[in-house]
Amino acid sequence: MNVAVLDPLAPGAPRTDGRAPADTPVSAPMVAPMVALVGNPNAGKTSLFNALTGSRQKVGNYPGVTVERKTGRLALPDGRIVDLIDLPGTYSLSPRSPDEAVTRDVVMGAQAGERRPDAIVAVIDATNLRNHLRFVLELRRLGLPMVVALNMADLAERDGTDIDVAQLSTILGLAVLPTVAVRKRGLGDIAAALSTLLAVIPADAGTYLPQHEMGLRREDEGLLANGVNANADLLLLQREARAIAAAVTTQRGSARRWSQRLDRVALHPVSGPVLLAGLLFFMFQAVFAWAQVPMDLLSGGVDRLQHAVSAALPAGDFRSLLVDGILHGVGSVVVFLPQILILFFFILCLEQSGYMTRAAFLMDRLMARVGLNGRAFIPLISSFACAIPGIMATRTIAEPRDRLTTILIAPLMTCSARLPVYAVIIAAFIPDRQVAGVLGLQGLVMFGLYGFGVVGALAAAWVLRRTVTKGPTPTFLMEMPKYQWPAPRDIGIGLYQKAWAFLARAGGIILVSTVALWALATWPKPPPGATQPAIDYSVAGHIGAALEPVFRPIGFNKEIALALVPGMAAREVAVSALGTVYSLDADPDHPQGLVARLRSAWTLPTALAFLAWYVFAPQCLSTLAVTRRETGGWKWPGFMFAYLFAMAYVGAGATYWIARALG
Amino acid sequence: MTERLTIDDLRRGEAATIVTIDREAVDPENARQLHEMGFDEGVDIELLHRAPFGGDPIALRVGNMCVALRKRLANMVVVARVVPE
Repeated sequence: MNVAVLDPLAPGAPRTDGRAPADTPVSAPMVAPMVALVGNPNAGKTSLFNALTGSRQKVGNYPGVTVERKTGRLALPDGRIVDLIDLPGTYSLSPRSPDEAVTRDVVMGAQAGERRPDAIVAVIDATNLRNHLRFVLELRRLGLPMVVALNMADLAERDGTDIDVAQLSTILGLAVLPTVAVRKRGLGDIAAALSTLLAVIPADAGTYLPQHEMGLRREDEGLLANGVNANADLLLLQREARAIAAAVTTQRGSARRWSQRLDRVALHPVSGPVLLAGLLFFMFQAVFAWAQVPMDLLSGGVDRLQHAVSAALPAGDFRSLLVDGILHGVGSVVVFLPQILILFFFILCLEQSGYMTRAAFLMDRLMARVGLNGRAFIPLISSFACAIPGIMATRTIAEPRDRLTTILIAPLMTCSARLPVYAVIIAAFIPDRQVAGVLGLQGLVMFGLYGFGVVGALAAAWVLRRTVTKGPTPTFLMEMPKYQWPAPRDIGIGLYQKAWAFLARAGGIILVSTVALWALATWPKPPPGATQPAIDYSVAGHIGAALEPVFRPIGFNKEIALALVPGMAAREVAVSALGTVYSLDADPDHPQGLVARLRSAWTLPTALAFLAWYVFAPQCLSTLAVTRRETGGWKWPGFMFAYLFAMAYVGAGATYWIARALG
Repeated sequence: MTERLTIDDLRRGEAATIVTIDREAVDPENARQLHEMGFDEGVDIELLHRAPFGGDPIALRVGNMCVALRKRLANMVVVARVVPE
């Protein structure tokens, strides 16, 4: 392929004003050139992407796979705009997992629904040149215009490593630009280099697909996939990269490896596990303690809104829809935004600081006992926030059976959608007092529920690995990146995206199911002179009555049976469903909060059984949908639903009868 | 003066050089992964940590990188101690 200009420093055809000349026909809309960020994991690629695009990002999915597609726009110094795309980190173009396959397919122009990039920014870690350069050499063979971002240049300097950038650039035949993404250094140079690079490529390069070459590459791959050859190829690149790295770096004194010093504590056989347990405990306590004030503010706001609407509108179905349906239902979920954000804040910090892989290292032994891999720990921790990103994160697990097992148990990790359910029941039934002077009893019960979920998940994995996902013991091989301070910008952008996704859910599936439930619970109206609560005459009342016999043995009443149905759409909807059901059911002259209503309507064994149900609860529809996408069929989501339903039923039943027996 | 041994024989904090990788014993996927993590003949390594609860997996410095792997795989890598001068 000859369109590539391997020397981007060569003068192109610089435009003076960046706008197309006035006589250019404007019939075809200008498509912004696309530039892909590619690099090894831990090269700081996403930080660089965030620094270049700010918050002007779009997060979507590639068709057919759940791999996240992140794009943003960057203005070049010549005034043009380019689309930047952040591709999943990978060590090579021989993918082992679905997200690595996306990276390969995009840069080769073989990804469905994606243009081939016009240029590549290869992001490499200046402190680990020999490994990262190997990937640059592999990328260079693609023949796409490319610049190299020598990221974390400050850390290399701190380690006493001098890199001869000019020489590196000459050897590679590529522009090499030192950057410090977290401090926004070197960004202008990247933009300028892209401007030069994109000025000299033919206008139609974006649509130009070297089909013959692609065909060849695929064939090569087939040949190379026979193992030895592929590794021989890799070996050559690896050695070339080492030679280049050795030629361009000079080490002043011995490197100060403070990551290794931290690891002496973090990976120590005694202090390591203690630190991990402490961090997790602190994280869950903080989720409750820190969220209290913003949650009170939010729920106060919802209350005031409900009162304002009630006062402004005449009594009737419309007011009931707004106040009892939408405001109550959606409001009772939105209130949990602070807790969800705090949890994600911790998870993002653990990931970006590099600690998460240490946790995987510490947990590998335990995970191996139940037939899993330390790598599974990361998706499982993410599942504490939500099973969906957790299941998506299993894409980094290469062994299919290992990955499947992790997917199947991910919903047993208590996701943040269960928080609203736990929080309401705990507030209603567990006294708010201190244990041993420092710990809140409510927090302890919550921690216990999380614990039950984890134990259930490990037990399930143990059984699954010996039955349905039986297979050879997977191996565990993982880079542990150096420690870094999480960059506030990266955390901020991550949280913003999580918050937005949560609110979109609240405005979408939760709003729809709340309104549907309100309608079902409102019509038909009770006949004149009815003696029972209005809801008993409604469609919802009949559904609840029909389901009740199934759930009566485990202590559930028909209101609960009713709330479980919309709770399938999204778990937290169970709370808004209970809110809606009990609010319609309530004596209009004496409105009570949901907590007070539950306290008078449920017995303690019922409440505990309900909590137990939700520890194992068959997951929400979105989780099943993601599982279907990730496993390529309905078989595994079907299995997942059945086994979780059985666990939840048995767990709730056992809890109910034990609690009753103990009085 | 060096002696022939595998990674698992190293003490914590001990440095060594990779002599050979037993590619016959490792499946090609794993061998590939080892290379992607920087393992190769002649590369300097150091045993950094052994995990709690049984000392498996282990953490190594491979070149400039810190890598975690299980002993079973690590045993496929033959090393030579670097004897301090």
